[in-house]
Amino acid sequence: MSVRDFFIKLSKIDRKYIYLIILIGLIIPLVFPPNFPQKMSPQVKRVFEFIDTLPKGSYVILSADYDPSVAPEVHPMYKAVVKHCILRGIIPIGMTLGVQGAGLAVEAFTEAERVLGARRDTDYVFLGYQAGGAVVILGLGEDIKGVYKTDYFGTKTTEIYALKPVKNYKDIALVISFSGSSIPVTWAVYAYTKYGVKVAAAVTGVSAGDFYPYIQAGQFIGMLAGMKAAAEYEYAVNQILKERNIREKPSTDAIRMMDANSIGQLLIILFIIIGNIGYFLSRRRK
Amino acid sequence: MRHLFEKQIPLALVFIIGIIMTIQYFVPHPTSQNVYDTSLMWSRAISSMAYVMAIISFLRFHTKRLKNKNYAPYSLVAILSFTAMVLIGFIGGTAKDSLFQKIYENMMVPLQATTFSLLAFYMSSAAYRAFRIRGVEATVLMITAFIVIFGTTTIGNYVPKMNEIVEWIMAVPNLASKRGIIIGVGLGVVATSIKIILGIERNWVGG
Repeated sequence: MSVRDFFIKLSKIDRKYIYLIILIGLIIPLVFPPNFPQKMSPQVKRVFEFIDTLPKGSYVILSADYDPSVAPEVHPMYKAVVKHCILRGIIPIGMTLGVQGAGLAVEAFTEAERVLGARRDTDYVFLGYQAGGAVVILGLGEDIKGVYKTDYFGTKTTEIYALKPVKNYKDIALVISFSGSSIPVTWAVYAYTKYGVKVAAAVTGVSAGDFYPYIQAGQFIGMLAGMKAAAEYEYAVNQILKERNIREKPSTDAIRMMDANSIGQLLIILFIIIGNIGYFLSRRRK
Repeated sequence: MRHLFEKQIPLALVFIIGIIMTIQYFVPHPTSQNVYDTSLMWSRAISSMAYVMAIISFLRFHTKRLKNKNYAPYSLVAILSFTAMVLIGFIGGTAKDSLFQKIYENMMVPLQATTFSLLAFYMSSAAYRAFRIRGVEATVLMITAFIVIFGTTTIGNYVPKMNEIVEWIMAVPNLASKRGIIIGVGLGVVATSIKIILGIERNWVGG
Protein backbone atom coordinates (compact mmCIF):
# COMPACT_ATOMS: atom_id res chain seq x y z
CA MET A 1 0.00 0.00 0.00
CA SER A 2 1.39 3.41 -1.03
CA VAL A 3 1.55 6.40 1.32
CA ARG A 4 -1.26 8.01 -0.69
CA ASP A 5 -3.55 5.00 -0.27
CA PHE A 6 -2.67 4.85 3.41
CA PHE A 7 -3.76 8.46 4.02
CA ILE A 8 -6.89 8.08 1.89
CA LYS A 9 -7.84 4.97 3.86
CA LEU A 10 -7.00 6.76 7.11
CA SER A 11 -9.30 9.67 6.20
CA LYS A 12 -12.20 7.20 5.92
CA ILE A 13 -11.46 5.38 9.18
CA ASP A 14 -14.43 4.23 11.29
CA ARG A 15 -15.39 6.80 13.92
CA LYS A 16 -15.10 4.27 16.77
CA TYR A 17 -11.30 4.31 16.35
CA ILE A 18 -11.33 8.10 16.66
CA TYR A 19 -13.39 7.79 19.85
CA LEU A 20 -10.91 5.22 21.18
CA ILE A 21 -7.88 7.44 20.47
CA ILE A 22 -9.58 10.42 22.14
CA LEU A 23 -10.48 8.26 25.15
CA ILE A 24 -6.87 7.07 25.55
CA GLY A 25 -5.60 10.60 24.99
CA LEU A 26 -7.80 11.88 27.80
CA ILE A 27 -7.27 9.06 30.29
CA ILE A 28 -3.44 8.86 30.20
CA PRO A 29 -2.82 12.48 31.33
CA LEU A 30 -5.46 12.07 34.06
CA VAL A 31 -3.66 9.00 35.44
CA PHE A 32 -0.11 10.29 34.84
CA PRO A 33 -0.39 14.11 35.02
CA PRO A 34 2.26 15.77 32.80
CA ASN A 35 1.96 19.04 34.79
CA PHE A 36 2.25 21.45 31.89
CA PRO A 37 3.20 25.01 32.92
CA GLN A 38 0.44 27.46 33.87
CA LYS A 39 0.68 31.01 32.59
CA MET A 40 -2.08 33.43 33.46
CA SER A 41 -3.84 34.74 30.36
CA PRO A 42 -4.73 38.49 30.19
CA GLN A 43 -8.45 38.12 30.95
CA VAL A 44 -7.87 35.83 33.95
CA LYS A 45 -5.20 38.20 35.24
CA ARG A 46 -7.66 41.10 35.22
CA VAL A 47 -10.19 39.25 37.39
CA PHE A 48 -7.55 37.77 39.70
CA GLU A 49 -5.80 41.10 40.26
CA PHE A 50 -9.10 42.94 40.77
CA ILE A 51 -10.06 40.58 43.60
CA ASP A 52 -6.49 40.46 44.94
CA THR A 53 -6.34 44.23 45.39
CA LEU A 54 -9.78 44.72 46.97
CA PRO A 55 -9.72 46.03 50.55
CA LYS A 56 -10.36 43.44 53.28
CA GLY A 57 -14.03 43.20 54.22
CA SER A 58 -15.23 43.99 50.68
CA TYR A 59 -18.20 42.08 49.32
CA VAL A 60 -18.26 40.09 46.10
CA ILE A 61 -21.38 38.39 44.70
CA LEU A 62 -20.59 34.99 43.18
CA SER A 63 -23.60 33.89 41.20
CA ALA A 64 -23.53 30.15 40.40
CA ASP A 65 -25.67 30.39 37.27
CA TYR A 66 -24.52 27.03 35.90
CA ASP A 67 -25.70 23.44 36.07
CA PRO A 68 -23.87 20.11 36.33
CA SER A 69 -23.55 19.73 32.54
CA VAL A 70 -20.87 22.44 32.48
CA ALA A 71 -19.57 21.76 35.99
CA PRO A 72 -16.22 20.24 34.88
CA GLU A 73 -15.28 23.61 33.36
CA VAL A 74 -17.08 26.14 35.53
CA HIS A 75 -17.20 24.54 38.98
CA PRO A 76 -13.39 24.59 39.56
CA MET A 77 -13.50 28.33 38.78
CA TYR A 78 -16.23 28.85 41.37
CA LYS A 79 -14.29 26.90 43.99
CA ALA A 80 -11.04 28.76 43.25
CA VAL A 81 -12.68 32.21 43.38
CA VAL A 82 -14.47 31.36 46.66
CA LYS A 83 -11.12 30.35 48.20
CA HIS A 84 -9.35 33.39 46.77
CA CYS A 85 -11.93 35.74 48.30
CA ILE A 86 -11.76 34.07 51.72
CA LEU A 87 -7.94 34.00 51.69
CA ARG A 88 -7.90 37.77 51.03
CA GLY A 89 -10.48 38.56 53.72
CA ILE A 90 -13.16 39.40 51.14
CA ILE A 91 -16.68 38.17 51.88
CA PRO A 92 -18.20 36.15 49.04
CA ILE A 93 -22.00 36.29 48.82
CA GLY A 94 -23.03 33.13 46.98
CA MET A 95 -26.32 32.95 45.11
CA THR A 96 -27.76 31.41 41.97
CA LEU A 97 -30.25 32.28 39.25
CA GLY A 98 -30.43 28.64 38.12
CA VAL A 99 -32.00 26.13 40.46
CA GLN A 100 -29.31 23.50 39.83
CA GLY A 101 -26.47 25.85 40.74
CA ALA A 102 -27.38 25.79 44.43
CA GLY A 103 -26.07 22.27 45.10
CA LEU A 104 -22.78 22.98 43.36
CA ALA A 105 -22.26 26.26 45.20
CA VAL A 106 -22.95 24.55 48.54
CA GLU A 107 -20.24 22.02 47.70
CA ALA A 108 -17.77 24.84 46.91
CA PHE A 109 -18.45 26.60 50.23
CA THR A 110 -18.23 23.30 52.12
CA GLU A 111 -14.76 22.79 50.63
CA ALA A 112 -13.76 26.32 51.70
CA GLU A 113 -14.90 25.46 55.25
CA ARG A 114 -12.78 22.29 55.23
CA VAL A 115 -9.64 23.74 53.63
CA LEU A 116 -9.62 27.27 55.04
CA GLY A 117 -11.77 26.93 58.15
CA ALA A 118 -14.22 29.49 56.71
CA ARG A 119 -17.32 30.14 58.85
CA ARG A 120 -20.79 30.46 57.35
CA ASP A 121 -22.48 33.87 57.86
CA THR A 122 -19.17 35.38 59.00
CA ASP A 123 -16.58 34.64 56.30
CA TYR A 124 -19.13 33.86 53.60
CA VAL A 125 -22.85 33.94 52.93
CA PHE A 126 -24.87 31.67 50.69
CA LEU A 127 -28.27 33.05 49.73
CA GLY A 128 -29.30 30.21 47.43
CA TYR A 129 -31.75 30.24 44.55
CA GLN A 130 -34.33 32.84 43.69
CA ALA A 131 -36.70 32.56 40.72
CA GLY A 132 -36.98 35.43 38.29
CA GLY A 133 -33.66 35.86 36.48
CA ALA A 134 -33.40 39.50 35.36
CA VAL A 135 -36.00 40.54 37.92
CA VAL A 136 -33.81 39.16 40.73
CA ILE A 137 -30.79 41.05 39.35
CA LEU A 138 -32.82 44.28 39.33
CA GLY A 139 -34.21 43.55 42.80
CA LEU A 140 -30.72 43.13 44.30
CA GLY A 141 -29.96 46.67 43.10
CA GLU A 142 -32.74 47.96 45.36
CA ASP A 143 -32.55 45.73 48.44
CA ILE A 144 -30.69 42.41 48.70
CA LYS A 145 -32.44 41.42 51.94
CA GLY A 146 -35.78 42.28 50.34
CA VAL A 147 -35.19 39.77 47.55
CA TYR A 148 -33.71 37.13 49.85
CA LYS A 149 -35.67 37.12 53.12
CA THR A 150 -33.72 34.02 54.25
CA ASP A 151 -30.47 32.45 53.09
CA TYR A 152 -30.19 28.93 51.61
CA PHE A 153 -30.09 27.39 55.09
CA GLY A 154 -33.18 29.23 56.35
CA THR A 155 -31.49 31.93 58.43
CA LYS A 156 -33.16 35.35 58.18
CA THR A 157 -30.87 37.61 56.12
CA THR A 158 -31.51 40.49 58.55
CA GLU A 159 -29.89 38.34 61.27
CA ILE A 160 -26.79 37.32 59.29
CA TYR A 161 -23.75 39.03 60.82
CA ALA A 162 -21.79 39.36 57.56
CA LEU A 163 -24.75 40.97 55.76
CA LYS A 164 -25.39 43.69 58.37
CA PRO A 165 -23.69 46.51 56.38
CA VAL A 166 -25.00 45.36 53.00
CA LYS A 167 -28.03 47.03 51.43
CA ASN A 168 -27.66 46.77 47.64
CA TYR A 169 -25.10 46.94 44.80
CA LYS A 170 -23.61 50.12 46.29
CA ASP A 171 -21.99 47.85 48.91
CA ILE A 172 -20.79 45.26 46.40
CA ALA A 173 -17.32 45.56 44.84
CA LEU A 174 -17.83 42.99 42.12
CA VAL A 175 -20.37 40.51 40.73
CA ILE A 176 -19.10 37.40 38.98
CA SER A 177 -21.60 35.34 37.02
CA PHE A 178 -20.49 31.73 36.53
CA SER A 179 -22.42 30.25 33.66
CA GLY A 180 -22.59 28.00 30.63
CA SER A 181 -25.16 30.24 28.94
CA SER A 182 -25.73 33.94 28.25
CA ILE A 183 -26.76 34.84 31.84
CA PRO A 184 -23.59 36.97 32.38
CA VAL A 185 -24.94 39.29 29.66
CA THR A 186 -28.14 39.71 31.71
CA TRP A 187 -25.95 40.76 34.66
CA ALA A 188 -24.09 43.26 32.43
CA VAL A 189 -27.32 44.69 31.05
CA TYR A 190 -29.27 45.01 34.32
CA ALA A 191 -26.67 45.17 37.13
CA TYR A 192 -23.89 47.13 35.40
CA THR A 193 -25.90 49.38 33.07
CA LYS A 194 -28.65 50.30 35.55
CA TYR A 195 -26.75 50.22 38.86
CA GLY A 196 -23.09 50.60 37.85
CA VAL A 197 -21.79 47.60 39.82
CA LYS A 198 -18.69 45.99 38.31
CA VAL A 199 -19.35 42.63 36.64
CA ALA A 200 -17.12 39.78 35.45
CA ALA A 201 -18.02 36.59 33.60
CA ALA A 202 -16.83 33.03 34.21
CA VAL A 203 -17.96 30.92 31.29
CA THR A 204 -17.33 27.79 29.24
CA GLY A 205 -14.61 27.88 26.59
CA VAL A 206 -17.08 27.29 23.77
CA SER A 207 -19.17 30.36 24.66
CA ALA A 208 -16.25 32.69 25.46
CA GLY A 209 -16.27 34.35 22.03
CA ASP A 210 -19.77 35.75 22.68
CA PHE A 211 -18.61 37.89 25.60
CA TYR A 212 -15.71 39.84 24.08
CA PRO A 213 -17.90 42.78 22.92
CA TYR A 214 -18.95 43.31 26.55
CA ILE A 215 -15.34 43.26 27.75
CA GLN A 216 -14.25 45.82 25.18
CA ALA A 217 -17.21 48.03 26.10
CA GLY A 218 -16.15 47.87 29.76
CA GLN A 219 -19.33 46.07 30.82
CA PHE A 220 -17.19 43.19 32.14
CA ILE A 221 -13.95 43.88 33.98
CA GLY A 222 -12.58 40.52 32.75
CA MET A 223 -13.54 36.98 31.96
CA LEU A 224 -12.60 33.47 33.04
CA ALA A 225 -13.06 31.33 29.95
CA GLY A 226 -13.09 27.56 29.97
CA MET A 227 -10.97 24.92 31.59
CA LYS A 228 -7.77 26.86 30.86
CA ALA A 229 -8.90 29.82 32.97
CA ALA A 230 -10.03 27.42 35.70
CA ALA A 231 -6.58 25.79 35.76
CA GLU A 232 -4.77 29.14 35.79
CA TYR A 233 -6.95 30.49 38.60
CA GLU A 234 -6.64 27.28 40.60
CA TYR A 235 -2.86 27.35 40.22
CA ALA A 236 -2.70 30.98 41.39
CA VAL A 237 -4.87 30.21 44.44
CA ASN A 238 -2.72 27.17 45.25
CA GLN A 239 0.32 29.47 45.25
CA ILE A 240 -1.38 31.63 47.91
CA LEU A 241 -2.18 28.51 49.94
CA LYS A 242 1.48 27.52 49.71
CA GLU A 243 2.61 30.99 50.83
CA ARG A 244 0.26 30.75 53.83
CA ASN A 245 1.56 27.24 54.71
CA ILE A 246 -1.94 25.80 54.65
CA ARG A 247 -1.36 22.07 55.01
CA GLU A 248 -4.58 20.80 53.47
CA LYS A 249 -3.82 19.26 50.07
CA PRO A 250 -4.78 21.88 47.46
CA SER A 251 -7.34 21.04 44.78
CA THR A 252 -5.79 20.33 41.40
CA ASP A 253 -8.96 19.21 39.59
CA ALA A 254 -8.85 21.93 36.94
CA ILE A 255 -5.08 21.63 36.40
CA ARG A 256 -5.30 17.87 35.84
CA MET A 257 -8.36 18.15 33.62
CA MET A 258 -6.73 20.94 31.60
CA ASP A 259 -3.70 18.74 30.90
CA ALA A 260 -6.04 16.03 29.56
CA ASN A 261 -8.04 18.66 27.68
CA SER A 262 -4.82 19.95 26.06
CA ILE A 263 -3.93 16.49 24.78
CA GLY A 264 -7.50 16.08 23.48
CA GLN A 265 -7.33 19.40 21.63
CA LEU A 266 -3.94 18.52 20.08
CA LEU A 267 -5.41 15.22 18.92
CA ILE A 268 -8.27 17.09 17.25
CA ILE A 269 -5.71 19.29 15.41
CA LEU A 270 -3.88 16.12 14.35
CA PHE A 271 -7.13 14.54 13.13
CA ILE A 272 -7.96 17.61 11.04
CA ILE A 273 -4.50 17.56 9.44
CA ILE A 274 -4.68 13.82 8.65
CA GLY A 275 -8.23 14.18 7.34
CA ASN A 276 -7.15 17.01 5.02
CA ILE A 277 -4.09 15.15 3.72
CA GLY A 278 -6.39 12.25 2.76
CA TYR A 279 -8.88 14.70 1.21
CA PHE A 280 -6.16 16.36 -0.93
CA LEU A 281 -4.68 13.08 -2.06
CA SER A 282 -8.09 11.69 -3.03
CA ARG A 283 -8.86 14.91 -4.98
CA ARG A 284 -5.57 14.72 -6.87
CA ARG A 285 -6.32 11.13 -7.82
CA LYS A 286 -9.68 12.23 -9.32
CA MET B 1 -66.45 36.19 26.42
CA ARG B 2 -63.61 33.75 25.74
CA HIS B 3 -62.08 36.19 23.23
CA LEU B 4 -62.22 38.93 25.87
CA PHE B 5 -60.27 36.90 28.47
CA GLU B 6 -57.84 35.20 26.08
CA LYS B 7 -57.06 38.11 23.76
CA GLN B 8 -58.39 41.54 24.67
CA ILE B 9 -57.60 41.68 28.40
CA PRO B 10 -54.00 40.34 28.01
CA LEU B 11 -53.36 42.79 25.14
CA ALA B 12 -54.76 45.70 27.17
CA LEU B 13 -52.68 44.72 30.22
CA VAL B 14 -49.47 44.50 28.16
CA PHE B 15 -50.21 47.90 26.57
CA ILE B 16 -50.92 49.64 29.89
CA ILE B 17 -48.03 48.06 31.84
CA GLY B 18 -45.63 48.51 28.90
CA ILE B 19 -46.40 52.24 28.63
CA ILE B 20 -46.27 52.76 32.43
CA MET B 21 -42.91 50.95 32.80
CA THR B 22 -41.41 52.83 29.83
CA ILE B 23 -42.39 56.20 31.35
CA GLN B 24 -41.30 55.03 34.83
CA TYR B 25 -37.73 54.44 33.59
CA PHE B 26 -37.30 58.15 32.84
CA VAL B 27 -39.03 59.55 35.96
CA PRO B 28 -36.83 59.71 39.10
CA HIS B 29 -39.77 60.63 41.44
CA PRO B 30 -40.26 58.44 44.61
CA THR B 31 -43.74 57.42 43.36
CA SER B 32 -42.15 56.16 40.16
CA GLN B 33 -39.59 54.24 42.27
CA ASN B 34 -42.44 52.67 44.29
CA VAL B 35 -44.11 51.54 41.06
CA TYR B 36 -40.80 50.00 39.99
CA ASP B 37 -40.28 48.21 43.34
CA THR B 38 -43.83 46.85 43.29
CA SER B 39 -43.43 45.64 39.71
CA LEU B 40 -40.26 43.77 40.71
CA MET B 41 -42.12 42.00 43.54
CA TRP B 42 -44.97 41.09 41.16
CA SER B 43 -42.52 39.78 38.57
CA ARG B 44 -40.79 37.56 41.14
CA ALA B 45 -44.13 36.17 42.31
CA ILE B 46 -45.18 35.45 38.71
CA SER B 47 -41.79 33.77 38.01
CA SER B 48 -42.28 31.48 41.01
CA MET B 49 -45.76 30.55 39.78
CA ALA B 50 -44.19 29.48 36.49
CA TYR B 51 -42.60 26.60 38.42
CA VAL B 52 -46.01 25.43 39.63
CA MET B 53 -47.21 25.45 36.02
CA ALA B 54 -44.09 23.56 34.94
CA ILE B 55 -44.62 20.84 37.56
CA ILE B 56 -48.29 20.41 36.61
CA SER B 57 -47.33 20.24 32.93
CA PHE B 58 -44.52 17.73 33.65
CA LEU B 59 -46.82 15.43 35.66
CA ARG B 60 -49.67 15.63 33.11
CA PHE B 61 -47.33 14.87 30.22
CA HIS B 62 -45.70 11.85 31.85
CA THR B 63 -48.94 10.50 33.35
CA LYS B 64 -50.44 10.44 29.83
CA ARG B 65 -47.35 8.69 28.46
CA LEU B 66 -47.69 5.91 31.06
CA LYS B 67 -50.42 4.50 28.78
CA ASN B 68 -47.94 4.18 25.89
CA LYS B 69 -45.98 0.91 26.08
CA ASN B 70 -42.86 2.36 24.42
CA TYR B 71 -42.52 5.38 26.69
CA ALA B 72 -44.05 4.08 29.93
CA PRO B 73 -40.77 2.88 31.57
CA TYR B 74 -39.07 6.24 30.99
CA SER B 75 -42.05 8.25 32.19
CA LEU B 76 -42.34 6.04 35.26
CA VAL B 77 -38.66 6.70 36.10
CA ALA B 78 -39.22 10.43 35.58
CA ILE B 79 -42.26 10.55 37.89
CA LEU B 80 -40.64 8.36 40.56
CA SER B 81 -37.39 10.34 40.52
CA PHE B 82 -39.29 13.61 40.75
CA THR B 83 -41.46 12.39 43.63
CA ALA B 84 -38.50 10.88 45.49
CA MET B 85 -36.43 14.09 45.26
CA VAL B 86 -39.36 16.25 46.38
CA LEU B 87 -40.05 14.00 49.38
CA ILE B 88 -36.35 13.71 50.33
CA GLY B 89 -35.96 17.49 50.04
CA PHE B 90 -39.06 18.25 52.13
CA ILE B 91 -38.42 15.62 54.82
CA GLY B 92 -34.63 15.70 55.17
CA GLY B 93 -33.98 19.28 54.01
CA THR B 94 -31.41 20.50 51.49
CA ALA B 95 -28.53 21.33 53.84
CA LYS B 96 -24.95 20.47 52.83
CA ASP B 97 -24.84 17.07 54.59
CA SER B 98 -28.41 16.07 53.68
CA LEU B 99 -29.41 13.06 51.57
CA PHE B 100 -30.81 15.49 48.99
CA GLN B 101 -27.39 17.12 48.52
CA LYS B 102 -25.65 13.70 48.46
CA ILE B 103 -27.95 12.42 45.70
CA TYR B 104 -27.42 15.66 43.79
CA GLU B 105 -23.62 15.54 44.08
CA ASN B 106 -23.25 11.83 43.39
CA MET B 107 -25.96 11.23 40.76
CA MET B 108 -27.13 14.43 39.08
CA VAL B 109 -23.69 16.02 38.70
CA PRO B 110 -21.87 12.98 37.21
CA LEU B 111 -24.84 12.08 34.95
CA GLN B 112 -25.21 15.54 33.44
CA ALA B 113 -21.46 16.14 33.18
CA THR B 114 -20.97 12.78 31.44
CA THR B 115 -23.70 13.49 28.91
CA PHE B 116 -22.15 16.86 28.06
CA SER B 117 -18.64 15.36 27.93
CA LEU B 118 -19.71 13.07 25.08
CA LEU B 119 -19.52 16.20 22.91
CA ALA B 120 -15.71 15.87 22.91
CA PHE B 121 -16.01 12.57 21.02
CA TYR B 122 -18.57 13.83 18.51
CA MET B 123 -16.55 17.01 17.93
CA SER B 124 -13.35 15.12 17.22
CA SER B 125 -15.12 12.78 14.78
CA ALA B 126 -16.86 15.74 13.06
CA ALA B 127 -13.59 17.68 12.82
CA TYR B 128 -11.89 14.67 11.25
CA ARG B 129 -14.57 14.21 8.60
CA ALA B 130 -16.02 17.64 7.90
CA PHE B 131 -13.29 20.24 8.44
CA ARG B 132 -11.87 20.32 4.89
CA ILE B 133 -9.83 23.02 3.12
CA ARG B 134 -12.10 23.69 0.15
CA GLY B 135 -11.11 27.30 -0.60
CA VAL B 136 -9.43 30.46 0.65
CA GLU B 137 -12.08 31.17 3.30
CA ALA B 138 -11.85 27.62 4.64
CA THR B 139 -8.04 27.93 4.79
CA VAL B 140 -8.24 31.18 6.79
CA LEU B 141 -10.83 29.59 9.08
CA MET B 142 -8.66 26.54 9.63
CA ILE B 143 -5.46 28.48 10.37
CA THR B 144 -7.36 30.67 12.84
CA ALA B 145 -8.95 27.60 14.44
CA PHE B 146 -5.54 25.94 14.80
CA ILE B 147 -4.07 29.01 16.50
CA VAL B 148 -7.04 29.37 18.89
CA ILE B 149 -7.23 25.64 19.69
CA PHE B 150 -3.48 25.42 20.26
CA GLY B 151 -3.43 28.70 22.20
CA THR B 152 -6.11 27.47 24.56
CA THR B 153 -4.05 24.43 25.57
CA THR B 154 -1.51 24.59 28.36
CA ILE B 155 1.10 23.36 25.85
CA GLY B 156 0.55 26.67 24.05
CA ASN B 157 2.20 28.31 27.08
CA TYR B 158 5.55 27.02 25.75
CA VAL B 159 5.17 29.32 22.72
CA PRO B 160 6.03 32.97 23.43
CA LYS B 161 3.18 35.49 22.97
CA MET B 162 0.66 32.68 22.24
CA ASN B 163 -1.85 33.97 24.82
CA GLU B 164 -1.61 37.47 23.35
CA ILE B 165 -2.15 36.22 19.78
CA VAL B 166 -5.26 34.26 20.83
CA GLU B 167 -6.49 37.27 22.78
CA TRP B 168 -6.07 39.47 19.66
CA ILE B 169 -8.04 37.04 17.46
CA MET B 170 -10.86 36.91 20.01
CA ALA B 171 -10.86 40.63 20.79
CA VAL B 172 -10.61 41.99 17.23
CA PRO B 173 -11.90 39.86 14.31
CA ASN B 174 -14.18 37.74 16.51
CA LEU B 175 -15.48 40.81 18.34
CA ALA B 176 -16.23 42.67 15.11
CA SER B 177 -18.53 39.91 13.85
CA LYS B 178 -20.15 39.36 17.26
CA ARG B 179 -20.86 43.07 17.71
CA GLY B 180 -22.64 43.21 14.37
CA ILE B 181 -24.86 40.32 15.43
CA ILE B 182 -25.53 41.87 18.85
CA ILE B 183 -26.55 45.22 17.34
CA GLY B 184 -28.87 43.43 14.91
CA VAL B 185 -30.43 41.36 17.69
CA GLY B 186 -30.77 44.45 19.90
CA LEU B 187 -32.64 46.39 17.21
CA GLY B 188 -34.83 43.35 16.62
CA VAL B 189 -35.69 43.11 20.33
CA VAL B 190 -36.63 46.82 20.47
CA ALA B 191 -38.81 46.53 17.37
CA THR B 192 -40.53 43.35 18.63
CA SER B 193 -41.09 44.88 22.10
CA ILE B 194 -42.76 47.95 20.57
CA LYS B 195 -44.91 45.72 18.37
CA ILE B 196 -45.98 43.62 21.39
CA ILE B 197 -46.79 46.68 23.51
CA LEU B 198 -48.84 48.22 20.71
CA GLY B 199 -50.64 44.93 20.04
CA ILE B 200 -49.31 44.57 16.48
CA GLU B 201 -47.42 41.35 17.34
CA ARG B 202 -50.00 38.92 18.75
CA ASN B 203 -48.38 35.51 18.39
CA TRP B 204 -47.95 35.24 22.16
CA VAL B 205 -51.76 35.22 22.60
CA GLY B 206 -52.22 32.72 19.80
CA GLY B 207 -52.20 35.16 16.83
